[in-house]
This record gives sequence, structure tokens and C-alpha cells, in this order.
Amino acid sequence: MTDKELKLKSIYLRKNLLKYIYKAKAGHTGGSLSCVDTLNVLYNRVLKIDPENFRDPDRDRYIQSKGHSVEALFVTLADRGFYPESDLETLCQYQSHYIGHPTKKINGIEQNTGALGHGLPICVGEAIAAKLDKKSHRVFTLMGDGELPEGSNWEAFLAAAHYKLDNLYAILDYNKQQITGATHEVMNTDSVREKLEAFGWSVKEVDGHNLTALEEVLNNGPFEAGKPNFIIAHTIKGKGVSFMEGVMKWHHGVPSPEQYEQAQKELDQAGVLI
Amino acid sequence: MQLDVIEEKDLKMGKANQEVFSKTMEELAATDRHIIAVTSDSRGSGKLVPFGQKYPNQIVEVGIAEQNLVGVAAGLASAGKKTFAVSPACFLTARSLEQIKNDVAYSDNPVTLVGISAGVSYGTLGTTHHSLHDYAVMRAINNLIIVAPADNFETEQAVRLAAALNKPLYMRLGKKAMPFLSESNHSFELGKGRIVREGEDMAIIATGETVYPAWKAAKSLEEKYGVNAAVISMHTIKPLDTDLLDKLATKGNPIITVEEHMVNGGLGEACASYLFQKGARNPFHIMAIPDEYTVTGSQLEIFTHYGISRKGILEKSIELLKL
Ligand SMILES: Cc1ncc(C[n+]2csc(CCOP(=O)(O)OP(=O)(O)O)c2C)c(N)n1
Ligand SMILES: [Mg+2]
Repeated sequence: MTDKELKLKSIYLRKNLLKYIYKAKAGHTGGSLSCVDTLNVLYNRVLKIDPENFRDPDRDRYIQSKGHSVEALFVTLADRGFYPESDLETLCQYQSHYIGHPTKKINGIEQNTGALGHGLPICVGEAIAAKLDKKSHRVFTLMGDGELPEGSNWEAFLAAAHYKLDNLYAILDYNKQQITGATHEVMNTDSVREKLEAFGWSVKEVDGHNLTALEEVLNNGPFEAGKPNFIIAHTIKGKGVSFMEGVMKWHHGVPSPEQYEQAQKELDQAGVLI
Repeated sequence: MQLDVIEEKDLKMGKANQEVFSKTMEELAATDRHIIAVTSDSRGSGKLVPFGQKYPNQIVEVGIAEQNLVGVAAGLASAGKKTFAVSPACFLTARSLEQIKNDVAYSDNPVTLVGISAGVSYGTLGTTHHSLHDYAVMRAINNLIIVAPADNFETEQAVRLAAALNKPLYMRLGKKAMPFLSESNHSFELGKGRIVREGEDMAIIATGETVYPAWKAAKSLEEKYGVNAAVISMHTIKPLDTDLLDKLATKGNPIITVEEHMVNGGLGEACASYLFQKGARNPFHIMAIPDEYTVTGSQLEIFTHYGISRKGILEKSIELLKL
């Protein structure tokens, strides 16, 4: 896939996740739009995984700690061939496994997440196991910035550094917003870089909507031998749809028919410019 | 699948119980500056945004950190604040369990723990967001009252009593609009079941948002079969109203319990344990969510799937009545 095709894929994934949120009349729209570029790069340029043989013990692991942004993950996995996209027609319907959070009932999903603050500790376990078994696969998680105050994260930050897990990559979807408001107003986690460095992690910052920059960072680890890798991806909640960008109510919002049309049109226009 | 929709003609419709909770909090705070709400990025779901705007000094935000929420609440309560720790029931009663056990119940700090969007209110968000364990877990902790109001009337009473009581208490609230379940019975006492429908032939003991389908089943039993079933809102799950259980059991008539909780360790098992040890041998059935991977769907779809519906309760009643 060329870089241009990868960029077009981000547009396509945005259009698609909005389509299924609109159909299901439910979804975490803002956070899905803020992390979908990261997912695009992970699944199309970084992760060594095979949809046909997902449970290969040597695969790279990706555990989405901010499970609520499941719609971004669902459309990315469908696009990578983990299941037919038509499965997503059942999103949030009675007896469908495509629900509002990731579950292992679906091919390609590592863990059942949705309660925040669980992804990183599980990744620490996966990364320790990889080291014990002398395996070279990497372990990735995606966290929200609102999620950071969960104590379990800080326990895992300590453990990851203690066990020198340089095979572990924690990506922060740093959109600076959560449900109640701006993250620094709800519970200040500013100076996250300094905090993580003090905890013994190697930290890089990147524009979380710049696919080339994301790929460059994610494929060039470990940043320092013997240290876990922390990537601060600066993002915009609702990215790609003008009236959703940075607007709090789109944390979980379903567009009206008019808003849906406008969003699709804006994304089409953005696609033409690529 | 036929869904048990709310029939507005049956009963007067109210609001969601958690809306009544926040309204009552505003009323209490108007005259008492010691009323404090503690939230964990949960004020929106807890309907506490207006409360926070009106009383910015009476809301403490801890961010997404439910363990800290309960610890901080314990400290506030210890310092004399009438503290309500408000967070989705799923996280509040699982993530913060040790803080509840040690810092609230064991250390006897009078926090009111308010579990919002409880049971399967969050429907298709799935098991991470369901609380089907909370009665069982809270019941196994000494020095903790457990209340699950069924309608707006019970909710307001429960919130007022909790503020005045000065004891560790867990209150479980749902997200869906609830009808007023009794026009006539306006008594609410913690530890006393509320009879929302009189009946001699059998008893349906329900709690929280399942009292409404129980009420509907009782109505159908009367209309179709001439059976008079008592319906109890057992809003206080602990301490359990054993006097009322004794009374309901005396004639040996069938008893059905209904709850939005896993069958293990909930209201039904609490009633069964008491009654069996007292020697009661009534036909008895617990209607609850079974111990399995919960079916996916909305709250109403999950209820219907597991028979927590007019139809399900009606069929089980007929079976126990041997009609
Ligand atoms: C333990 C836990 N507490 C609360 C929630 C409810 N919740 C879901 S998303 C969210 C806000 C998350 O904000 P952030 O991590 O910044 O995510 P993003 O902005 O990327 O959507 C909250 C409070 C949850 N899922 N898990
Ligand atoms: Mg955020």
C-alpha cells in the first residue's frame, strides 16, 4: 500500500465508523475519530498479525485499553479482513457480538476491554511472558488521557520499567478531553512526559494524525534498550469532521441525518485533496 | 422476540430514578452546605451537572479513578460531610471494592455509595458495564445497608433518609424512566418492603427496575386467571424485611423473586436462605440473570431474553400455581 493509499484509508475508516455508529444509533464517536489514524498505521504498517491465523503465538499484540473507541477498531479489523464488513450491520443488535466494547468473541480482538485502566497491566503480563520465552514480538496498548488517573495504570508503569519491558509500547491518545470536560480541568495529568520519564519510560511525542510520523515512531523501537516505550500521540477528539472536532458532546454522540450527510461530504472532500 | 414495552396507560410515568436522585440532592444542598457529591467523570451520567453548577463547592471531582473516589469519600465523611460517592455501579462496586469494605464499612465512615446505570442499564456496552454482582458482593460486607429503589417516590425517600442516616449505605439506581408503582402506598421505611399490590394467592418479591414487570405480571394474573398476587418492592436488600417474608410465607403459597442481578447471591438467594432455615417450604423460584455469558442487547432485550418480563413472570407463576 502506498502512503497515499494509506491516507485515503484513514478517510475511508472515518467514513465507515460514522456509518456504523449512525446505523446502530450508538457509539463513542469523538474518541474513535481521534485514534483511527493510529489504528490505521498499526494494522497496516506496524503489527505483525495474520487475520487467517490470528492466534499465532508469535503475533504482535494490540490491546485497546480505551475500549469505548471500539468502532474505530471494528472498521479497521473488518478492512484488514478479520471478518466481513457486513458483520458490522449487526452492531449493537440483540445477540450480536459487535457491541459497544471489544470482546474476544470477535476475530482479531485480544482482550475484553471497556473498563478503563485494564489494558496496560495485561500488556505488562504479555510483555513479561514474551521476554521469558525469548520471543521477539511486541506488545502495544492504546490509552485515553482521561483514563490516566486510574491507579492501575501507575502500578503498571512502575512494573513495566522494573521489568525493563522495552518490547512494550503504550500509546496515549492525547486529545485532552474526556466526558465532563477538558482533561486538565477534570483531573490534571499535565507534564505527562516528565511523569513517565520519571517512572523510567522512554517517551516520544508525535502528531497523532500524521501517518508517516506515527509509522516512524512505532516502527523504530525500542527507543532506549531496557526501557518501555511511551508514545504521546497529540490528537483532536472528533478529528476529520468540522463540527465534531474538540466538541465535548461528541464523546458519545450520534449524528442526525443532516449531520451525517455533512460529515460524509466533508470526508469525501478531504479525500479528493489527498 | 416480543418486548415488554412500557404501557403508559397502566401507571403514571415518572423520570429515571437517577434524575430524581440528583434533583433531591439539589434540594438537600440548598439548606445544607455539608452535602457533598464525589464524582469520577460521572457527573453527566449521574445527572449532577446542574448540581455542580449550583453548588461548585459541594462537588469533588476525582477524574476516572474509582478507588480514589471511595477513599476520598470516606475521608470527607469522616470529617463530617454528608458524602455521596457517585459512579456507575459496575465500576463502583468492583473496582473500589476494597475501599468499600475497609474505608467505608469496616471503618464505619458514613458514605452513601450511589451506583448509577446499574444492572444491565448500559445494555449493549456489555459485561464490563453491567453490575450483576453488586448485591452479592455488597451483601457479603458487614455494616452496609443496600437499597434499590423501584420508582421515583422510593428514590426520593431513600436519598433523604440516606442523607439523614449517617451510616454506610449502597444505593443502586437505574437509567430508565420508571412509572409510579403505587398510588396508595406512600410509606417508605428502610428495611421494610413496600407492598405495591395486595394479593393473597401468591407473592412476587422484586427489587429496583424489576418491580415494574412484576407488577404487570400480577395484573395479567388477575385479569386472565383471577389470581391475586401480592407485589412487593423489596427496596432494602439488607437488612432484609424478614417479618414481611414470614407473613408472605405463612399460607405456603408460591413465592417468586425477581431481580436485575445474577442468580448467585442476590435478593432471591437472600430470601430463600432465610425462608428455608425458618422451615418454610413454599413453591419458590428466583428470576434473575443466570450464571452465563450474558446475552447481548438492550436492557429490555436482556430482561426479555431471561424472562424478567410480564410474560416470563406470568408463565413461572402459572407453573408454581399449577394452573
Ligand atoms: C473504569 C471506568 N470508569 C469509567 C468509565 C466510563 N468512561 C468511558 S469513556 C470515559 C472517558 C474517557 O476519556 P479518555 O480516556 O480521555 O478517552 P477519549 O477522550 O479518547 O475518548 C469514561 C469516564 C469506564 N469505561 N471505565
Ligand atoms: Mg481523551
